Amino acid sequence: MIEFFRSLFRPERSSTTAKERLRLVLLSDHLSLAPDVIEALKAELFAVISRYVEIDANNADVSFEHREHDVAMTANIPILQLRPDRPAPPPPAPREAELAPEIVAQPVAVEAIEPEATAPVPTPRRRRRRKPAQAPQVSQPQVS
Amino acid sequence: MRAFETALETDPAVAPSAALRRGRAIVITSGKGGVGKTTTTANVGAALAARGKRVALVDADVGLRNLDVVLGLESRVRHHLLDVLEEKVALETALVRDKRNENLYLLAAAQSREKEDVDTVQMKALIAQLCETFDFVLIDCPAGIEMGFKNAVAGAHHAIIVCTPEVSAVRDADRVVGLLPADWRPELIVNRLRPDLVRKSKMLSVADVNDILRLPLLGVIADEPGLIVATNKGEPLAYDAASTTGAAYRAIAARLDGEDVSAPTVNTEVGLFGKIGAWLGGRA
Repeated sequence: MIEFFRSLFRPERSSTTAKERLRLVLLSDHLSLAPDVIEALKAELFAVISRYVEIDANNADVSFEHREHDVAMTANIPILQLRPDRPAPPPPAPREAELAPEIVAQPVAVEAIEPEATAPVPTPRRRRRRKPAQAPQVSQPQVS
Repeated sequence: MRAFETALETDPAVAPSAALRRGRAIVITSGKGGVGKTTTTANVGAALAARGKRVALVDADVGLRNLDVVLGLESRVRHHLLDVLEEKVALETALVRDKRNENLYLLAAAQSREKEDVDTVQMKALIAQLCETFDFVLIDCPAGIEMGFKNAVAGAHHAIIVCTPEVSAVRDADRVVGLLPADWRPELIVNRLRPDLVRKSKMLSVADVNDILRLPLLGVIADEPGLIVATNKGEPLAYDAASTTGAAYRAIAARLDGEDVSAPTVNTEVGLFGKIGAWLGGRA
């Protein structure tokens, strides 16, 4: 009943629509990226992360924010749990100085951390509204 | 160029004094047409002049001259910008003095010429020349981002962006800001705001607009019938002591003049009935 009355009085908030459309159109103006390219970027970003952890793509938020001189991409992607079958981390890229064979044999140490990760991560469900995961910030100079 | 330089040197009223007075040249721009650049230029200029500042208004919209009619000075215009740039008349001959305020002058645009006829270097020199005798030189920029825009910006030190709370105007304003010199910090006037629509979330608010543009807010002008009436008559509202819009323009002038005026506001408070409606509508 109350819902019916609410629907009668629900204002049409077209200003919110205007603002969202503006954000998207200015982003593509600044980066010279078409909106569908941005969508493709998001999809690919999610796909890569999904190889390692199970994410809640419906509640993920990828936004682009204007800063003083550039545009920053911020991704908030809720992690549901780690994937038990996730690929093993690649061996660290050898640096010039570490090309000696005895140092390259490191990956064994990394494998040792593995068992712990198969258990579900306890935190995400509760915390994801606030700051579930922080993806690296990618910035690009503003196109003038 | 030579012609008006010589004229300025010989006329003590317009000649630069030994200690050059450095006026500020401000371009009023928007990208999009029809958002109120000319009305803003006329009113801010009038308000500055009413404060006792010497103000020159330059109509850079060659081919679409309008600043003269908004100021009600169309019958006094004998010469224009291009006459001066092409050395046909001296600068002080082409400057038209306002009917109401002796501190306010207009340099009209050429009506039957094209924007491409203006030489950027000469335009720059002309604005510099005006800055020696005037406290403020306001340049009314044409719409667009082509030659006319470039010429209007060439001699300016500062920019005022006029933007209405519409998607198209905000997008164009953003584009124009990107085309201005990187070290400028343009100031924003949100024009034609409808507080009733903002209250109902049917129009972008000042905060919404500036969330996107992120510019120092110089003023907010509400959309009101009085502005249309004022333009019909050729009498800037800034001269009308009783008008709230006039007061908003005077506050902008005070801010430009370095006075510490309280932040620009337009009442978009939601009343009791609005709050009840909002509650019923399911928003806090």
